[in-house]
Amino acid sequence: MSTATYIPIATLCTSYKVETSFFQDLNEYGLIEITTIEKSPCIHQNHIKNLESIVRLHKDLHINFEGIDTVLNLLEKIQELQEDLAAAKNRLRIFED
Amino acid sequence: MAFIDYYKVLGLNKSATTAEIKKAYRKLARKHHPDVNPNDKTAEHKFKEINEANEVLSDPEKRKKYDKYGKDWQHGEAYEQAQQQQQSQRHYQQQGPGNFGGGNFSDSEFSDFFESMFGGRGASQGHGRSAGFRGQDFNAELQLDIKDVFETQKRVLTVNGKNIRLTIPAGVENGQVIKISGKGGPGANGGPNGDLLIQFNISNSTKFKRDGSNLYATEKIDLYTAILGGEVTVRTFDGKVKLKVKPETQNGTKVKLKGKGFPIYKKDGQFGDLFITYEIEMPTKLSDKEKALFNELKNLQS
Repeated sequence: MSTATYIPIATLCTSYKVETSFFQDLNEYGLIEITTIEKSPCIHQNHIKNLESIVRLHKDLHINFEGIDTVLNLLEKIQELQEDLAAAKNRLRIFED
Repeated sequence: MAFIDYYKVLGLNKSATTAEIKKAYRKLARKHHPDVNPNDKTAEHKFKEINEANEVLSDPEKRKKYDKYGKDWQHGEAYEQAQQQQQSQRHYQQQGPGNFGGGNFSDSEFSDFFESMFGGRGASQGHGRSAGFRGQDFNAELQLDIKDVFETQKRVLTVNGKNIRLTIPAGVENGQVIKISGKGGPGANGGPNGDLLIQFNISNSTKFKRDGSNLYATEKIDLYTAILGGEVTVRTFDGKVKLKVKPETQNGTKVKLKGKGFPIYKKDGQFGDLFITYEIEMPTKLSDKEKALFNELKNLQS
């Protein structure tokens, strides 16, 4: 397991200008997954995109963690529906001249 | 360069109070924020518009200037000053997006109108979208023909001046998005790069209709072959096959040709099926003799 793919929370705190407690809260709400590497709490690189979305929703729109969780669940649902719709549209082409 | 009515953007009239501006901005920001509208260019554009409107109307100085010059802004003092400031920034702004179709990689945060009036990008008051650590994702579209995706192929694409080697697996779907990790915008302060997301738009002008890995086609057969049986040669996607037509084949009969369909995505050497629907062609311009023979057949039936 390469540590290069894990980013220390301390680094993220500086970048996003947030306190460590922000990440602890996110972890408690089940919004992120914290992994400890060499005694330092880290986040996997693949989860950074999702994390940044959470940070923006919180900072730009002042949405609390319960709200963010709801938004993310709904977005996931929308994505599934969009994929179903795209597949259905592709299927409908069979009947088009 | 067109005048932008910032009041209209926020759905307000000119007498709006600071509190009304803030309320209108926040409401619209929640609706159009890119994180709640992923892959929605219209929402992204709208979000930039409302941010710009807020940037001007929530700043007393900027609002005053905007209100004063209004539609005649080009003749105003602000315009004169801004023109000078703009000279130094133009060079930076001209570093446009790459030459890869459909990409939208480095959109300016503010409109030309804003930059002319207020002199460039301005000092943001911390509104809009918070800065990231991870680089931006690049979205691009690639137009392909169905024939291009029948076989796996390699292509070199130029995205923002960089060449990217891309393997397009056979059987890719129309509308499918392939992610190329780390080929998006660079991260900030050692953050990871964004990804390059390529959406495939696949056009199909062949006689074959595609549903995933299955193909559908109609094949005309003459009345006599349909009734008496025989052989027909039908075209598959990449060749031809001879088919035996059973006697008394009905119009609309479907035949399944196993493994003659489209490649199955990421399953090398595996193919879907081809479904042929027979369409029986009725003879026309019958000769007297043919008519007589059909009459004879008719009489045999009764």
